[in-house]
Amino acid sequence: MTISFEPSDNTVKAKAFFNQVAREQMRPISRKYDEQEHEMPWEFVRFMWERGRHQGGSFEGPNDGFVQVCVQAEELCWGDAGLYLRIPSPALGGSAVAAAGTNEQKLKFLSPFRGDGEPKWGAMAITEPSAGSDAAAIQTTAQLDGDEWVLNGTKIFCTAGEGATTYPGGFVVVWATVDKSAGRGGIKSFVVPAGTPGMKLVGLEKKLGIRVSDTATLVLENCRVPRDHLLGSAEVKKASPTQQGDKGFKGAMATFDASRPIVAAMAVGVGRASLEFLKEELARQGVTIRYDAPLHERTQIERDVIDMEAELQAARLLTWRAAKMMDHGKRNNLEASMAKAKAGLAVTKITQKAVEILGPLGYSRKLLVEKWMRDAKINDIYEGTQQINQLIVARRILDYSSSLLR
Amino acid sequence: MIDFEPTEEQQLIVDTVRQFASNEIRKESRDADEAGTLPASVLQQAHELGLTSNALPEAFGGGGSRSAVTGALIAEELAYGDLSIALGVLSPTLIALPVADFGSEEQKKQRLPRYTADRFLPGSLAVVEPSFRSDAFKPSTTARRDGDEYVLDGAKCLVPWQDGLEEVLVVASEGGAPQAFFVPVKAAGLTAEREKNLGLKALPTAELTLSGVRVPAAARLGGATGADVRALLNRGRVALAAAAVGVARASFELARDYAKERQTFGAPIATRQSIAFKLADMAIEIDGARLLAWEAAWLLDQGKDATREAALAKHQAQRVALEVTDGAIQVYGGHGYTREYLPELHHRNARGFATFEALSLV
Repeated sequence: MTISFEPSDNTVKAKAFFNQVAREQMRPISRKYDEQEHEMPWEFVRFMWERGRHQGGSFEGPNDGFVQVCVQAEELCWGDAGLYLRIPSPALGGSAVAAAGTNEQKLKFLSPFRGDGEPKWGAMAITEPSAGSDAAAIQTTAQLDGDEWVLNGTKIFCTAGEGATTYPGGFVVVWATVDKSAGRGGIKSFVVPAGTPGMKLVGLEKKLGIRVSDTATLVLENCRVPRDHLLGSAEVKKASPTQQGDKGFKGAMATFDASRPIVAAMAVGVGRASLEFLKEELARQGVTIRYDAPLHERTQIERDVIDMEAELQAARLLTWRAAKMMDHGKRNNLEASMAKAKAGLAVTKITQKAVEILGPLGYSRKLLVEKWMRDAKINDIYEGTQQINQLIVARRILDYSSSLLR
Repeated sequence: MIDFEPTEEQQLIVDTVRQFASNEIRKESRDADEAGTLPASVLQQAHELGLTSNALPEAFGGGGSRSAVTGALIAEELAYGDLSIALGVLSPTLIALPVADFGSEEQKKQRLPRYTADRFLPGSLAVVEPSFRSDAFKPSTTARRDGDEYVLDGAKCLVPWQDGLEEVLVVASEGGAPQAFFVPVKAAGLTAEREKNLGLKALPTAELTLSGVRVPAAARLGGATGADVRALLNRGRVALAAAAVGVARASFELARDYAKERQTFGAPIATRQSIAFKLADMAIEIDGARLLAWEAAWLLDQGKDATREAALAKHQAQRVALEVTDGAIQVYGGHGYTREYLPELHHRNARGFATFEALSLV
């Protein structure tokens, strides 16, 4: 092992490929689907399902491993972060199955996504009207009735929820409690296939940004799934102040260690879109950024841009570090939250600053700068808000349990 | 392949230097700052670790393991002990590395063996000038060729000026481009006045005046070929970025440990989110700045231009060091403002990074 910033050939090729996809397939329709909120971008969906995923997948190699996944997410979100979330894939639901599922479950739920049929989506439903980051406060219940689990409750903010509930072959991983008295120990996750009676799509959120993304509200009403759709163990361990819950909850939480670097990479992609456009526009106006100019000569714009570049690169490198640790088989809970916290806030500020510096160009919906500012903000919120990630980082650096530092 | 794990050899160096910084440097920090002197025995001990000579060519008695990344790792660990002492320990790099990189054969033969020898020999590089217009890449100090000599005129400040210093490498504009010249400390026309600064109090530094200082033509770094001084300055920025990370990390750890000890209303203040989140932000920012410094160092090791990355790394690290050291004082409260504890010392040192250039090299 050695410290190196040289991407492998496969990563370079994947980056070029997904950059082309972003430029040719995403940017041209970016504004259209922002305006036509929630409309399925079929031309892009079909492209990704039929060509994008196969060609993109051909670059996968052992070298940069999870870093390459981050590079891919960055490029596609440089294209459009909302469209990225509409790419047909198992997404977070798939991560949960991969992290906590048995081999049979992986085969059953994930293999249809590798076939040639119609586009499919996976999703994860955790958040409820009164339980967000505090996943242990989940009210949705799961009761065993014979050989079936019966789910009841309401889920909100379910990304790709329309795709996952509507199109055959898709599924939603629903978090529910099997024993409210057990706290987080009672939280389990269940795979609910698209079209399962009792799972209803009741609405899509109207949002500040990533408007094309189908952020769904789902209602589960006596929704029955087979017993073997439970991910992880059915055993309930009573929560104690110090323990972290059973393997099921841990397994589900572990998906965040894998997903947070990707979300951080997505954030970096949006921030980069904004910063690159800003620099190109400044260059068109004859303003170049001098990295070797002494402080007294630096203009405010140079200071701002240098600051934005440093912040973006710090976020990107923290992201890659968290990703690389997964390749090394190291626990990256701390580093994943560091990356997510940094990237979410950094790109929120970078995209705001770009709007500010570009003035009327930044504020106008003729260009995409204002959209990127709206899109960027979600990265500071989903997959754990800025504050939740700070809390996780704080617990880890202080070696405090969740009961000591609430 | 992208990776962020040091080699085994680098990890061994990091562990050794970290231990040295914690055990030998840290305990001298306050006394050295108050007295305005560097502890000579620590400098000699550090010299015996071979940190500088390890990077010098084997032909001159060195270890032949030149790496800017390793240099950045060392700078962070030493500065984690104490910035002034770290810069004192690393001052030999200010002459030895430029000579190794750009020196003529004669300059190498003359100087490198002295930096691989048993006795600690300080070095010095004069870059910053006493004006808010100071521009490392375009110095106001000039070097004019006059027959077989160069004539140097101008002023420099923040020049390391340790006991036993024999010569200083002065950066000056020659026909508009920066070059570097070896000037003996006793050269006619050179005056050096010991500075008093906000921080770096333990590191002796001088303000230099050069009035018609004459040096032989062979005293130009690189001889007839000259040197890529911009590359040297970038190496200085990377070293400072890494050192700033070390200062920030030292402050962060002090604040973290204090916050776990200090009780208010029946519980450690670290259990309060206002303190815990501040500490979390410190940890995140420190790691981000470190990775920027590593990236710039890695580019240098690839022989690539690192002007942008070195500037970004220094920009980020100096901001982080300032904010983290300030935050540490805040966590300590009133105690942080007293000279009984170290946060105020780190904060004074950190304030200087915006001004410093090339106080050590990687």
